[in-house]
Amino acid sequence: MELDAEQPMLAKVDVAGVRRQINIGLLDDRCVGPGDWVLIHVGFAMSKIEEVQAQDQLRMLRALGEDQLAIEEVRGYSFAAEERAP
Amino acid sequence: MKYVDEFRDPELILNVSREIERAADPARRYRIMEVCGGHTHAIYRYGLKDLLPPNVELIHGPGCPVCVLPMGRVDDGLAIAAQPNAIVTAFGDMMRVPGTKGTFLEYRARGYDVRMVYSPLDALRIAQAEPDKHVCFFAIGFETTAPSTALTLLRARDLGLDNFSVFCNHVTIVPAIRAILDSPDMRLDGFVGPGHVSTVTGCRPYEFVAREYGKPVVISGFEPLDLLESILRILRQLARGEAIVENQYRRIVAWDGNLPALRAMAETFELRPYFEWRGLGFISQSALKIAPPFARWDSEVRFEVPGVRVTDPKAAQCGEVLKGVLKPPQCKLFGKECNPEHPIGALMVSSEGACAAYYRYAQAPDAVTA
Repeated sequence: MELDAEQPMLAKVDVAGVRRQINIGLLDDRCVGPGDWVLIHVGFAMSKIEEVQAQDQLRMLRALGEDQLAIEEVRGYSFAAEERAP
Repeated sequence: MKYVDEFRDPELILNVSREIERAADPARRYRIMEVCGGHTHAIYRYGLKDLLPPNVELIHGPGCPVCVLPMGRVDDGLAIAAQPNAIVTAFGDMMRVPGTKGTFLEYRARGYDVRMVYSPLDALRIAQAEPDKHVCFFAIGFETTAPSTALTLLRARDLGLDNFSVFCNHVTIVPAIRAILDSPDMRLDGFVGPGHVSTVTGCRPYEFVAREYGKPVVISGFEPLDLLESILRILRQLARGEAIVENQYRRIVAWDGNLPALRAMAETFELRPYFEWRGLGFISQSALKIAPPFARWDSEVRFEVPGVRVTDPKAAQCGEVLKGVLKPPQCKLFGKECNPEHPIGALMVSSEGACAAYYRYAQAPDAVTA
């Protein structure tokens, strides 16, 4: 995203390689700047994409099920049965 | 685009799908409603149903603005288009929605000036460019779209533009959710909450669903991983015997919503005492009208419109599909008289409509028409 000093309500954005002008009047003044990513709807920026939140979420999802996999792996050790044998 | 591939990662999707399987009690049946039409589209597009256990059923909600608009309002828009020197502008998905006298597209073919716009500001620009005509913007949408109409009204006032008005059909999602919860034939276990509506409203308006009705709500994004994670969170709440509002779409949705957008809406709109929703009937305080200080830009003040209530075609079962009582192919007209080429109901028009999404993605056309 690029801001336009002469028209503070407008900004230029790159949408999948196409440059478009959008209205940023619905965003808090200090919330966006050049290089930010925004959600656009009918020509207006609605929200800034929070990278930290997205990365956190992906990290959490990657970890999802790891405990379960570890338990399954431990259960799968063939020598566990031998240890239990008298 | 940002965070598209990451939230479509096949390995992570299968990971979450397996967790859902673990979280769902095989002895129990779950009915979860996705409120938003954008979610319905994504669920069909990515075949997410196939990644859920058979006892987890997704019910499609009323969150497709074109689908819930009663036919009488389309007729009112057509009546404005038929006025001398009028230009009616509307979003693309509105152009093919049938009223009793035709569609906007058909009216254009008959010689009336109906134009498709991508933004309400485009309608404003047409009004500036053609001062001898009156430009009406046929406004439609939930809280996601209403702020853009609000800002356009503020701009029209600042410009002192006299040949522009808005025919306001904006609706609000919370009263519709309450109507569904109060409906005796709906038994739901939880809600996938709307993502883009919540960028404006924030998460607080859904707290009554958890507090008063004891149902979990998880505000969700639109990628496959977003939706699956939201379903998992709902199932985990149910397993814990808990009902709270969670925000899965934190990268976009702030808990308190978008304050500048809410302020613009508060300045330009007021609540209608009641409004008719297709399939759900009249719901009190569920829609917006233009506030008196902006009456000069209100098409309902500027034009005489029929304002007649029209019943849906008898054979079409849009209402039952909208309420989630019927699945799209259970409607008698689905894929036969009603198809994307010749839609009878609005659910077959909009890409967010359950019927259009089902027709396009859920099964092969041969199977549909068989």
